[in-house]
Amino acid sequence: MTAPPAVRGVRAAARIAAVPDGRGGTALPLLAGDGPLALRRTRSAPGWARVTVVGAMCAPLGGDRLALDAEVAAGARLLVGSAAATVALPGADGARATYDTNLTVGRNAELHWEPEPLIAAAGSDLAVTTRIRLTAGARLVLREIQVLGRAGEAPGHLTSRLTATLDGQPLLEQELALGPGEPGWDGPAVLGGRRAVGQLLLVAPEFIDAPPNVTRLSADRGDGVALVTPLAGPAVLVTALAADGLTVRHLLDRARPPLPGAA
Amino acid sequence: MTAATHGERRHPARAALLVLADGRFPAGGHAHSGGAEAAVKAGRITGAADLEEFCRGRLATTGLVAAALAAAAAAGVDPRALDDAADARTPSPALRATSRRLGRQLTRAARAVWPSPALEELAASRPRGAHHSVVLGLTAAAAGLDPLDAAHAAAHESVSGPATAVVRLLSLDPFHATAVLARLAPQTDRVARRAEEHALAARTGGTSALPAASAPLLDLFAEDHAAWPVRLFAS
Amino acid sequence: MHLDHAEGFPQRHTYSAPLRTRPDGRRRALRIGLGGPVGSGKTATVAALCRALRGELSIAVVTNDIYTREDAEFLLRNAVLPAERITAVETGACPHTAIRDDISANLEAVEDLEEAVGPLDLVLVESGGDNLTATFSKGLVDAQVFVIDVAGGDKVPRKGGPGVSTADLLVVNKTDLAPMVGADLGVMARDAAAQRGTLPVAFTSLTAPDGIAPVTAWVREQLAAWTAVPV
Repeated sequence: MTAPPAVRGVRAAARIAAVPDGRGGTALPLLAGDGPLALRRTRSAPGWARVTVVGAMCAPLGGDRLALDAEVAAGARLLVGSAAATVALPGADGARATYDTNLTVGRNAELHWEPEPLIAAAGSDLAVTTRIRLTAGARLVLREIQVLGRAGEAPGHLTSRLTATLDGQPLLEQELALGPGEPGWDGPAVLGGRRAVGQLLLVAPEFIDAPPNVTRLSADRGDGVALVTPLAGPAVLVTALAADGLTVRHLLDRARPPLPGAA
Repeated sequence: MTAATHGERRHPARAALLVLADGRFPAGGHAHSGGAEAAVKAGRITGAADLEEFCRGRLATTGLVAAALAAAAAAGVDPRALDDAADARTPSPALRATSRRLGRQLTRAARAVWPSPALEELAASRPRGAHHSVVLGLTAAAAGLDPLDAAHAAAHESVSGPATAVVRLLSLDPFHATAVLARLAPQTDRVARRAEEHALAARTGGTSALPAASAPLLDLFAEDHAAWPVRLFAS
Repeated sequence: MHLDHAEGFPQRHTYSAPLRTRPDGRRRALRIGLGGPVGSGKTATVAALCRALRGELSIAVVTNDIYTREDAEFLLRNAVLPAERITAVETGACPHTAIRDDISANLEAVEDLEEAVGPLDLVLVESGGDNLTATFSKGLVDAQVFVIDVAGGDKVPRKGGPGVSTADLLVVNKTDLAPMVGADLGVMARDAAAQRGTLPVAFTSLTAPDGIAPVTAWVREQLAAWTAVPV
């Protein structure tokens, strides 16, 4: 069986490497965008490097395979964001798209990974995988916001697997499987009718001795809730659920505990 | 191989599975609602239909994860690595505490019912209790059950606990609650088979091969519930 | 009061309570269960026992409320024991299950107390108010007390049931109310004897000074028997 060549989908891989520049700052010896994943170095605070992922195309489409790798060497500080929300759209043949992110953070390095929301448009099918490898002493802020369907639209299908290890030991393993065909996803155990979910993962060695309290917040306006939970390791997970992505974002901002010892 | 001999090989100890999965097995489960008490109070479970959706979601998420951890323990994957894997899959401190407490209670029962050196070793290395699903898998193995059986026990428990609790919380007609479990039986079987596949993959691929399906509202319910001063169920 | 020492601590064959020692080899606390219908005065009996014995014994209490903490809060409010010596167990709306059919949460609570505030001489396990059939598993307690009251009617002993007929001590409480509710203590004593044979019965009025005395005496005898057996 051969697939028609026209719908095979885009394969794109972008890579970032951040290292200390020897003068108290952070250099980017590798900054390689590819296809829909264009990377720009943008202005940053002293000591930091900042990269913005510029969505050159509306991606991913069904069948696309996107990969984004970032390595933050010991002592370096990197902040990555994106210029706009990522919208997963259906491909011509209904194939699933994949978006893999691999993040490595060394000792005393700090990575803030805070892209704009990912929106699973009606009919789309996307599998997101985020693997984070941390060395003891690494600091991390990782935010992901996922929205099921554009405004007034039916949800797409989205799976999101997040794996974080610390010195090779599992720190957080999570998978959300949302949208049509997933048993119970919309029911009273999983999202309860909400269409947007967000997570903030914070890692810092200080959390081992001083974890924040479990905290629950409700949205100022509309329907939404956030929960701050200290993990079994030196990390905190903030989870927010709401009717829309903006409310999730506000909840995450309000619930976010300070990252101890951060520069 | 004939179907009969295949069946015999596949289920060498089916009666032991009935003993282990019996809701009356004295391992403390009767006092836990699996989040149903908080969901009832939040108005998210008001009858059989909501209960079914609640159980469907629980089965597909924490039910699958528990089933895979149990199957992996029964398949011989290092129980301490599985215990760490369970921690990483349980962001809610209240749920981690509940799971370890139930693990401790199951260890107590299992020691008397199906004593096993593997359980003793795990209990010694986790004095405050190992995660329930891991203990369940080792208990299943000690009872002569295979990984698929262990997965079935865990998957069934993930829905039978809330269903029983809701009968008491809402005075729900017990026939309706049991019908929910019957309707979910095909999905329960699918979850158990998927869990077994993951468990066998974990024997070579390590614990990252195990599922990590999460349910944000279950975490929220668990933390809400743990903060109540007064409650009927322990979780 | 008659005590049947021979039957006080029979050899136990369940896994849980038979061990008379803690993991460190020392003698564990004697565990006494207190059950009985709602409102008969179980918590008041526990409180009175604690007040009477806390000067001479190291005591802890586990409560099994239907809706948790009510009884524990009562004990705390009345300051009969420091808070760390009182634990409430959730029973999932089935208090008799937690003391008889699936005792694991109660065993956990007892052992956690021994670990946290031990060594203990005596642990009182109070059941949630239930019906006349509720009894404690021998895997959980060494001896059990069943508390009824005269206000529940003088026919309760005649009705029997496992609690009335098999408890190691039957307490008939609120004897001061007998004239007001028309209960005949003589009838109750006769019916109890018919149900219980030689097992003891104590009549108490906790409003009287040292009204708990017959129960305290019985507990002291249980403890003496418990500690007389070498570990």
